[in-house]
Formats: sequence, C-alpha cells, structure tokens
Amino acid sequence: MGGIVSPGFRGRRGAEGGGVKLPPGQYLTEDFPVLTAGPTPRVPTDTWEFVVVTEAGEKHRWSWAELMALPSEQPTVDLHCVTKWSKLGTSWQGVSLDVLLDGVDTAADYVMVHSYGGYTTNLPFEDLRNGQAWIAYKFDGEDLHPEHGGPARLLVPHLYLWKSAKWVRGLRLTDEDEPGFWESAGYHDYGDPWREQRYQGD
Amino acid sequence: MARAAVSGGLNRRLTWHAARLAEVVEETPSARTLVFDVPDWPGHLPGQHVDVRLTAEDGYSTQRSYSIATPADGTRVALTVQRVDDGEVSPYLTETLVPGDVIELRGPVGGWFVWRAADPAPVLLIAGGSGIVPLMAMIRARREAGSRALFRLIYSVRTPEDRFYADELRTRARDDMGLDVGYVYTRQAPEGWPAAPRRLSVADVNNGGWPPDFQPSCFVCGPTAFVETVADILVALGHDPRRVKTERFGPTGS
Amino acid sequence: MDLFSDDYTDGNTLAGPLRELFTVDMTGAVGRCVHCGGEGPVAGMKVYAQAPGLVARCPSCQEVLMRLVRGPSDAWLDLRGTMSLRIPMPPE
Repeated sequence: MGGIVSPGFRGRRGAEGGGVKLPPGQYLTEDFPVLTAGPTPRVPTDTWEFVVVTEAGEKHRWSWAELMALPSEQPTVDLHCVTKWSKLGTSWQGVSLDVLLDGVDTAADYVMVHSYGGYTTNLPFEDLRNGQAWIAYKFDGEDLHPEHGGPARLLVPHLYLWKSAKWVRGLRLTDEDEPGFWESAGYHDYGDPWREQRYQGD
Repeated sequence: MARAAVSGGLNRRLTWHAARLAEVVEETPSARTLVFDVPDWPGHLPGQHVDVRLTAEDGYSTQRSYSIATPADGTRVALTVQRVDDGEVSPYLTETLVPGDVIELRGPVGGWFVWRAADPAPVLLIAGGSGIVPLMAMIRARREAGSRALFRLIYSVRTPEDRFYADELRTRARDDMGLDVGYVYTRQAPEGWPAAPRRLSVADVNNGGWPPDFQPSCFVCGPTAFVETVADILVALGHDPRRVKTERFGPTGS
Repeated sequence: MDLFSDDYTDGNTLAGPLRELFTVDMTGAVGRCVHCGGEGPVAGMKVYAQAPGLVARCPSCQEVLMRLVRGPSDAWLDLRGTMSLRIPMPPE
C-alpha cells in the first residue's frame, strides 16, 4: 500500500524494542489494547463452566470451583496481536491445558475453541499440549478483567492473540480442521507470528 | 464538477488523495479546524465524512474517520478535530501537523447521514460534543443554499469553553431565519445560565425539538452512549425511527 | 450472562471500507438479519472496529451481520449473517 509519510507521525507506539527481537511487522506497546468483535460478556463464576467435548461426543465439565481446585501455573509470556502490537513479559496465572486434557480420551487432530458471546477460533490439538497453553484467570496478579477475557480466557502465546480466545467456555475436539470466526474471514488458519502468518495465503 | 458535487462524489473509485494542510483555525483549547487542499476533490454533501490515513517513516500506518465541517467549496476540505489525550491520531492532527504538511484522505464517503438542501422537511440536529461537526456542515449548507427548511440545533457540551463554532452559531442564530440554537451544559454552565449542569433530558428534546407530527428529519451525532440515549428519547417521544439518523463515534471518539 | 459495551460505532464507519469494494454508497442499503429478520440501514448496524477486522452486528439481536477484513492485497467480505441487502441506486 505504501502511503505518503506524514512528517513526525509515530503513532501510539513505544520505543522500537530497544534491541528486543520482535516478530516481523510487529511494534512494541506498553499498554494492553482491548480488541473485541462484539459486546463484552459478563459471566458470573457461579454459572461459569468449561466443557471439553471429544470427537466421540464425550463431555468433560469443570465448574469454576473445580477449575480453581486444580494446580495452576504462573507463566510469563509475550503477546503478539495480528493488528501489529506486541506486549512483552506479561504475567498470568492459569491451569495448563495438559492438566485439563489429562483424563480426556481423544485422538483428535484439531480443536475448535468456543467462547461466551459466540466467538470461535480453531487450532491444531497439539498446539494446546506440552506446556504451550493455559486457561488463564489472573493477569498481573489480579482477577482477569472482563475486557481482557475474564473470568477466564485461553492463553496460547506462541500464536497470534486472536487464537487466545477471551471468555472461553469450551473446546470441541475434531478430526477435521474447521475455520473459526476470523479464520473464515481472511485470517490465517494457523497464525504463527514469527512466520508472519496474518492472512490466508501468507 | 457541479454534477459530481450533487452526487457527493459517488460513482467513482475510492482512492487515497494527498491533502495539503492550508489553514488552521483554533476552535477551543483542545480542538482545531484543519482546512486541507485536495486537488481533484469531487465535492461532497453536508454530513459526509472522510477517512484520514497517517503513515510513519517505518511504514506503520493507521486511519480514522472525520466528518467534514463545511459544505463543498472547490478543493477545500475542512475537518474539525478534537484532541483525545490518549488518542493516536488526534494529538498528531491537533498539535504536530503544520500548514504545508501532507496527509492522505479518501472520500467523501457516507450517503445516509446527509442533509439535502432540496428537502423542505423541518430538521432537528442534536449534537454531543464534537458530534456538532457534520451538523454544522448542514447548518452552513442551509444558509449557502438559501434553504427555508426550519432547523433546530440542540448542542450538548461539557462547558462553555468546549463549544465549537460558538461565535458563528451566535451570529447565525440571529441572522439565519428559521434556525434555532440551544445548548445543554453537562459539566459547567456559563454564568447566569438558567439551569444547573446536567445530562440532556427528555424535556430538552421535547422543548427544543419539533413535535413528531411535524415529521422532522432528525440527525443525532456524538459519542455512542449519547447517541443511544438521544435516539431512544426521540423514538419514545413518537418520532418515526426511520426519520432518526444517527452517527456514533465510539465511547469517546479518538 | 449479560452483554455489555458501548465500545462500538455504527455503519457510517463502514462507508469508506465498503466504498473500496462497491461503486455505490452502501450506508443507506437496507439489510435483513438472518438471525432475527430485523431490517435496517447499514448505517444503523453496530460496528466493532477495535478488532482484526470490522464486525457489524444487528442492532436488535446483536448477531453478526457482516465481517470485513482488509489485507494488503485482498479484502474478505463475509455476509452470511445478512439475508439480503437492498441497495439504493443512483438513477441511470
């Protein structure tokens, strides 16, 4: 596209990384921009549940209290949004998907993530395993604010942030890959920031 | 040129145009009108807007929509921009940009939130904050076209200092036959103002507007929450929702 | 579950992005919602623009009517939530 440069325009961006290596095309930000494709759901924790449905139709459910009773981790991760901001060293608390998927009998290759409010996103099942993904409920030591996906969101920091579904309510494990909300509207099926997989065909 | 101006620049492929800042008018301590010169500008209708694109040296680029503040005037395009403190684009437009600088514009766009001078129906304009901008273009176009359509403006604004176009509106309310201008102050009213600062109410719309059976065209522009409230009031008062046209610019506008 | 937000604009925001694709203004086009059957102008849709693309939702039922993603060399327009669009045409 290459527009005419506006003299002195920098945008609302931090320093150019200060030597930090960012994925291609990304800019550093200090604040935490709020992106949303719709109204913010307010989900009370007393009715919240997280449901994993296997390809055989088997359902595994966790209430909020059950989630809280599981061992949690406190990952510090970098976030990369497809709208080009990156935020480094963010602190979270949540339950590893390894813990949640431990007793789930499945040979599925793909996952469709579902959220309160109707959002969906898809990813390969193996991207949720081996310490790569969490159901996160605290950010910076505080309960996760609804605008950032609270009470709980998926956190898959090695992919663009649209894969880290806010207000997560469940996973559907499938044999076939199906496109989610943004994946069916032009965004890349996988979304690896380091390979700059923003749009279909990248 | 005349033909294009009538259609509001439609039926033409939409592309980015270089726009050179020609003139700056300070409107309030935090808002200014930027008059750009855009060669080949096809003309526009009051209420239409433009997309503005800014590009940094390293290729980073972002865009915003701004309403046009004046009726069509050759290659001149005037935007009034309110500085939003944590905004990304408005601080640049209100503080950094100087005459001679070039940005990119595309437009005019939007064919729904427009007033056409041939329409004789009474008009009710309700502005919240910088939502006055496209409505001011309508008021100015009315005068220019010699239209006798009855206009009423209700302008909700935080403080007297935040009013855009205050002097011009005072003059026009005096000189433009059939134009009424009323203010609602939400934070601080001028000395001697008959009402304490408060949000726009049903009574304000009822008293300062037109009865629904006059079938006025209603144009409401402002922050999202303001527009929602006013549109609900108008419909509750009996205005046909199809005659209530709204333009929202987000939680605060940026 | 409550849904809350005023973090949206309206279909007037779509005027520029849609004029890139269509030769006529689309903000006055009247759309019908697949989910609730509600009818209204594109200008009256609720638009969530702080997102990877533009998401237009039905002002009555909040369901998605339209999604528009603009990449560097393609645009994607998803209209599965819109049953039909009646588009005012300038006289020939």
